[in-house]
Amino acid sequence: MQLYINYFAINLKSQMQYKVAFFLLTLGNFLTSFVTLAGVWFMLSRFNEVEGFTFSQIMLCFASMLMAFSLAEGLARGFDTFPRMLGNGEFDRVLVRPRGIVFQVLASKMEFSRLGRLVQSVAVFCYAIPNSGVIWTWDKTLTLCLMVLCGSLIFFGLFVVYAAFSFFTVEGLEFMNILTDGGREFGRYPFSVYGRGVLKFLTYVIPLALFQYYPLLYLLGREQSKLYMAMPVIALIFLIPCYLFFRFGLRRYKSTGS
Amino acid sequence: MKEYRALFRIKFIGGLQYRAAALAGLTTQFAWGFMEILAFVAFYRANPAAFPMEFSQTVSYIWIQQAFLALFATWGVGGDAVESIINGNIAYDLARPMNLYDRWFCEAAATRVARATLRCFPVLILAFVLPEPFRMSLPASAAQFGMFIVSAVLGFLVVCAYCMLDYMSSFYTMTRINLVFAMIGDFMSGQIIPLPFFPRPFQAIAEWLPFASMQNAPLRIYSGNIAGMDAVGCIALQFFWLAILLVLGKALMRRSLRRVVTQGG
Repeated sequence: MQLYINYFAINLKSQMQYKVAFFLLTLGNFLTSFVTLAGVWFMLSRFNEVEGFTFSQIMLCFASMLMAFSLAEGLARGFDTFPRMLGNGEFDRVLVRPRGIVFQVLASKMEFSRLGRLVQSVAVFCYAIPNSGVIWTWDKTLTLCLMVLCGSLIFFGLFVVYAAFSFFTVEGLEFMNILTDGGREFGRYPFSVYGRGVLKFLTYVIPLALFQYYPLLYLLGREQSKLYMAMPVIALIFLIPCYLFFRFGLRRYKSTGS
Repeated sequence: MKEYRALFRIKFIGGLQYRAAALAGLTTQFAWGFMEILAFVAFYRANPAAFPMEFSQTVSYIWIQQAFLALFATWGVGGDAVESIINGNIAYDLARPMNLYDRWFCEAAATRVARATLRCFPVLILAFVLPEPFRMSLPASAAQFGMFIVSAVLGFLVVCAYCMLDYMSSFYTMTRINLVFAMIGDFMSGQIIPLPFFPRPFQAIAEWLPFASMQNAPLRIYSGNIAGMDAVGCIALQFFWLAILLVLGKALMRRSLRRVVTQGG
């Protein structure tokens, strides 16, 4: 843990060296999700509701998805840029050090400009939490925390899968984007909006709906069962195949030699 | 002119090499378009009366957008130009007897055309054979299609000219990516949601901005959302903004180059 804090401090320091660049990048990241937010706002101001969800309820969903994603993306940047690490041989150095591989990749790179998104999700929460009509008892508060926390772990798992693919291809794979960036972008609406087929896929194959749609139903009081509250935790099972796939890739790894 | 043609060809052929990447990208674009349409279906079900375009028009809009993403996206092409500003290779470029603005413009345009060539056909073919309501429709008439082509070329050039301003901002900020430029362009050109879905006062302003001359114009002309004399007016506006952006870009380039200091080498 101490080591992780050191890594954290070094990453933070190095990125603070170029303050203007850092600020611009943070602002840019803020804007990328702000345009999505504006899109949702425009659509909802025209249609009032979609699939029975109102604007402030959708904002709750939007903010939890955004926060989950930005935490994962900011802290697990090492996996996101993993193809580069393989390409330039930096990964070989990781392999010879006496620390866990996942830990090192995780700690090697953090992207603080992603805070732009995090700040925005906090701002949206400030709007959505009082306005969504939810009475915030302890179990609902806990549900919301689980949505963000488990969501962030699932996104982290997806980044690990993305990294693991590059053991086989060296290049990054763009099709994974539909699950990571796509998950964030389309997660702006509760996943039931996209119809039954998509909802099933996101429940049983890639469990994005488990920390977004189902707990949201519980928050809004549409489902009383505690099962819906626990869905985000169940989703964590997904991390097992992610890790195994990474291990599988690692065993097949041959250095590029550079 | 000959040297620019050659440059265009080199960049174009270079761009065609990344076929595996294009294939992977295709899956993403296809899934993306599909999800977008599904979301619009839900909104349509919620309140058909509030829908500002015909549904089939929205579907065509989205598929053309996905097919030609590389042509109209306001982000992600100027790698070489920006890199040369930051790493100082611009010094070599300045020694060459070519106008730097024209050169970068040409390179970026070629890269975009190459990417679009690789990606557009599979997306379009699939979009035409999908079952309703996902199927893309043909334009209403040959004239409409002709106007779409003209508008698409203009829109593409406007995007290139706009992105030149973005690249040149690196002279001042020394950063590689300028998301601020890209995101404003993205939203105001109708990448996130088409302009007709904007609230009315917003839309009225947005229609006149240069961003509306990017993908907004050709996509809506193709789908028939803008037709007849409106389309002609739209194309005239595109000409206007293209001229303004080119003049502005060239002036900015002259100004920036006067201040360039190459540090050693």
